[in-house]
Amino acid sequence: MTLLEFARGPAIHWALIILVAGTIWRLLGVLALTRGGDLSRPRDAFGNYKGYRTVFSRAWPSSEFNVATRYQTIVAYLFHFATLIVVVGITAHIEFIQSLTGASWPALPNAVGVAIGIVALVSLLALILRRLTNPSIYCSNLGDYITWILVAAPLITGLMAFAHLGPRYETMLAIHILSVALMFIWFPFSKLMHSIWFVFSRAQSGLTYAHKGVQI
Amino acid sequence: MTRQSTLGALLRSQGVSRRAFLKFCTTTASVMALPASLIPVMADALEQAQRQSVIWLSFQECTGCTEALTRSHAPTLEGLIFDFISLDYHHTLQAASGRAAEAAREEAMREHAGKYLLLVDGSIPTVKAYSTIAGISNLDMLKDSAVNAAAIIAVGTCAAYGGLPMAAPNPTSAVPVSDLITDKPIINIPGCPPLPLAITGVIAHYLTLGTLPALDALDRPLAFFGENIHDRCYRRPFYDRGLFAETFDDAGARKGWCLYKLGCKGPVAYNACAHVKWNQGVSFPIQSGHGCIGCSEPGFWDSAGIYESIADGQFGTGPKLASAAVVGAVAGAGAALLARGKKEKKAAAHAANE
Repeated sequence: MTLLEFARGPAIHWALIILVAGTIWRLLGVLALTRGGDLSRPRDAFGNYKGYRTVFSRAWPSSEFNVATRYQTIVAYLFHFATLIVVVGITAHIEFIQSLTGASWPALPNAVGVAIGIVALVSLLALILRRLTNPSIYCSNLGDYITWILVAAPLITGLMAFAHLGPRYETMLAIHILSVALMFIWFPFSKLMHSIWFVFSRAQSGLTYAHKGVQI
Repeated sequence: MTRQSTLGALLRSQGVSRRAFLKFCTTTASVMALPASLIPVMADALEQAQRQSVIWLSFQECTGCTEALTRSHAPTLEGLIFDFISLDYHHTLQAASGRAAEAAREEAMREHAGKYLLLVDGSIPTVKAYSTIAGISNLDMLKDSAVNAAAIIAVGTCAAYGGLPMAAPNPTSAVPVSDLITDKPIINIPGCPPLPLAITGVIAHYLTLGTLPALDALDRPLAFFGENIHDRCYRRPFYDRGLFAETFDDAGARKGWCLYKLGCKGPVAYNACAHVKWNQGVSFPIQSGHGCIGCSEPGFWDSAGIYESIADGQFGTGPKLASAAVVGAVAGAGAALLARGKKEKKAAAHAANE
């Protein structure tokens, strides 16, 4: 078995199995927990509505924090959108998704995909720079750095595979797939789960604040 | 087969001009990545080259490799160089048969011990009874013929990597040459079939310099297998622009767009098809509208479906994602129930204390 056969065979298969099982495990494990009984009268009759609204309103900082968080907000937006576009916009990725789900859509030209991939990587570097230079803001732990490495690795290896840098293409492609497999395995057990949790955590915060009558 | 003593004499007798001969030497030196200063050396060496004894063993094969070399097009310099070598044994091409044929092989092995080139096409069944020639098993014939060979050239993917006969379930327990012979220099010229120029190029290199050319990690001559098809493909601009044929008869296919989505293995297949091409540079599979099947790569037959994109996951059999979701759901529900149980127990203990 070659490295590429291993990567796109058992490696990515088991990574997907762990990703699916782990994500559902963590989601259900938290969502099925009991909550404490509500003993107080809601201060806001529209609390539920406001709580759900928070899911979207928290996508942008409150106006008084606009300046202080400008760097973080802009770079994080750049990173998230660029990464999302790269994941769903590149031909090879669409082919993989299609082989799993049957769904497909038109791809971006490679040059555009590469440009956006570079934006994603540069913005990720900008984010780690900020994290490293402002330790008191982030209180980073080892898991944060592992997560950063496992997110950066698919971007770096994907760009290298396309640009034919480093090892031969099939080897680089295999390394790229293996790096994605590692990220999939790490996903459910790390802060990468925020890509799903953000909906629930924002909604829960909004509900709680609205219940207490806090302005949100 | 011609009997001229030197290659120069043979070429002159066939009406090949000095200019055409030098052109061939320049092309070959260029393709083999030899320095320009070696072109006159190659011309002189080839012109004076004595007939090289070659024994060609055909095992589990389809004769496609021989066909590619001898019937690809009208006589060419490549063909003439092939004619020039002293092909002392070759099932398909030799006039002799039966005991006389085997005697010719034994005589060549005796007379040119340590000097003859052994060309092998076809894989070798390790179960001896599955393929025999004149009562001799392929396994024994290869081992016997390899003992005094100067070098071995494995022609075609079957001899180089096992090819189709070795594909699952490998009913004859076939293996490539390199699995059986480990004490001789072996050069692989894979392909199904290989490019004729790759075969004659290696022979010309050997006749000129007396050595085998530089090889890659899979023992293929770098000159012909150093780059993948995709990088040399004339359809590459369509790939870069994201223009693909989705089926073999859609508008994209008619416009000659990239065949990546139709399973083309060009990005992971190393061969010279895209620039050397076939039939005097007329075409190659991708130009004819079919994706590359990666026939020069080990295990190409089993590695993925011919029409499956190389980006597709190759999961084979094993746990499916749906069952993973069920496992995750059970684990999650179990964890939550456990937490609830603990919480209720603590609440009860707390109530009892009060």
